[in-house]
Amino acid sequence: MAANNPLVRAQRIPFINARSIEVLTKSWSYLFLLGLVVYFSLVGTGFFSVRNFSSILTTSTLIMLMSIGQTYVVITAGIDLSIGWTVGLSSVTTARVMRDLADSGNDIAYAMLIGTMAGLLVALIPGLVNGVLVARIKVPPFIATLGMFGIVRGAAFLLTDGQQVVRGLSSELREALRMIGNGSLLYYIPDDGFHWFSLPPDLAPQQLRVVSQLLPYPVIITALVVIIFAFILARTKFGRHTYVIGGSEEAARRSGINVDRHLLIIYIICGFTAGIAGVLHLFRFTAGAPQAGEAALLSSVAAVVIGGTNLFGGEGDIMGAVVGSLIIAVLQTGLVILNIDSIWQFIVVGVVIIIAVLVNQLKAALESLQTNA
Amino acid sequence: MSKEIKPILTARGVSKHFGGLTAVDEVDFEIYPGEVVALLGDNGAGKSTLIKCISGVYRPEQGRVVFNDVDITHQPPADVRSRGIETIYQDLSLAENLDVGANVFLGKEKTRRLFGLIPVTDDNYMREEASGVLDELDIHIPSLKQKLVNLSGGQRQAVAIARAMYWNAQLVIMDEPTAALGVPEQRKVLALIRSLREQNIPVILISHTMHDVMAVADRMVIMRRGRVVANMTRAEATEELIVRHIVGSVENGESAVMI
Repeated sequence: MAANNPLVRAQRIPFINARSIEVLTKSWSYLFLLGLVVYFSLVGTGFFSVRNFSSILTTSTLIMLMSIGQTYVVITAGIDLSIGWTVGLSSVTTARVMRDLADSGNDIAYAMLIGTMAGLLVALIPGLVNGVLVARIKVPPFIATLGMFGIVRGAAFLLTDGQQVVRGLSSELREALRMIGNGSLLYYIPDDGFHWFSLPPDLAPQQLRVVSQLLPYPVIITALVVIIFAFILARTKFGRHTYVIGGSEEAARRSGINVDRHLLIIYIICGFTAGIAGVLHLFRFTAGAPQAGEAALLSSVAAVVIGGTNLFGGEGDIMGAVVGSLIIAVLQTGLVILNIDSIWQFIVVGVVIIIAVLVNQLKAALESLQTNA
Repeated sequence: MSKEIKPILTARGVSKHFGGLTAVDEVDFEIYPGEVVALLGDNGAGKSTLIKCISGVYRPEQGRVVFNDVDITHQPPADVRSRGIETIYQDLSLAENLDVGANVFLGKEKTRRLFGLIPVTDDNYMREEASGVLDELDIHIPSLKQKLVNLSGGQRQAVAIARAMYWNAQLVIMDEPTAALGVPEQRKVLALIRSLREQNIPVILISHTMHDVMAVADRMVIMRRGRVVANMTRAEATEELIVRHIVGSVENGESAVMI
């Protein structure tokens, strides 16, 4: 019976089998990133250096953090357009709370701790509202989060009284923020060696120019967030249910998964990682800015798509979003080093997004070809 | 099927109306362990409505449904399922973006503790268990790591049946299981229905395909305009007789006109 079982299908087309399609469509973004790095290293002076790589990593953290939550949402076949302004709301809230606490005579460290918590908590609100709209009221994610796009934007600007930044942060507070936002766990100075936590105080200007940050704090924090959320998505029941919902909401419901609650949590996660991005933005630039994440929104969606996550849901992972974010950051930096107008980055990123979608479609076409072989 | 054995499921006087339309009209229905019953009828005869009254999707206005001596008449679908009545719809209950193991354990994933602490999905365990139940059903899928989207329609149907078996379904309801399948795949699904019967699991089969019905059913229940108009064993049934009941030419006393 087994021998001529009609269900045993030989994979007749050489090289086109599920495995090779999987490998090809999954790894192209990794290869593309590698190619970009090699290309810029060969033609761009100063691109291939620890100092530059560390700066690229730091640049990528904003988009990367946003794309982590976005990956969860996109896997459930949704999208969150509001997180760009959630970053700003979180940044502004954190700045205000820190400023007001520090001004009223509290310890700087205490002000920073409470401010950070406030910034993370406030980011959960747009996530919660998005989740309720999408999961319970069945508003399409595009519409629900577009509405929140406007609402959160307005809220962020209300908190700065319409200004571009939160005013009145003391220089003492800014210095403390900078120590973390622009600091590194480990520094390397050529001809001098490694230094933990901080630089020696008596550095000559020419030495300062060649200092490499080996483990910048924003990168460490982002790496931790990446690891935690990649683990949850790839290994836990929660992560598995996320894929089930993305594959078939009907199947998820039939199998007893609480789809509404799950979607609610996912939109909250998306707000949360945007909140981390907002707080980190404040630490890096020491100015609470409503528009901190505005430009990064589309980049975060781009990073998710470039990384192989299917906009129709059910497929994707956090590592893809990480690679996608790195591709965008490498392009940004590389084009600047090549002295090409940075406007070109938009065009190149746009082209890469289209390639990514084409690869996904090619994958679907190859798969159906194989199944019908 | 001997009548001394108690039926596993009994429906008595079940009625369901939609507005002025009587979809199911005082229907009696029963099925015994290890029996394959085909539920036949034209479109709108009330087959699917009756099935949904059993699986809890619809609440009948009259009548009782008793399963394993428990009245399940107004229980929600999830409770009916957990009592062992599994309804298999074409593809609707599968996550095609996941592999066979994940689908057999859909919503009931097995976890293990990583470092004795963090619960993670135990994919190897799920794959092995899935492989075991597929072997029992004599289904062979080249790689269990394949996503379902890469499998044929019949293989997917087999996965849905394997899941029902793995979770100890005591009654399987299949709505048009061979629709949209190629001929070899249809044969395989029929073989699966037979192997469910061999394991003493009864099957209610809704089908328009006379060939399927004649091939696997032990008994045929024919509905017309919401009522059961015929209930015959395989031995009594001929295709012609079934068709006459379906189109209503028996009750009208007309001679059968076959096309």
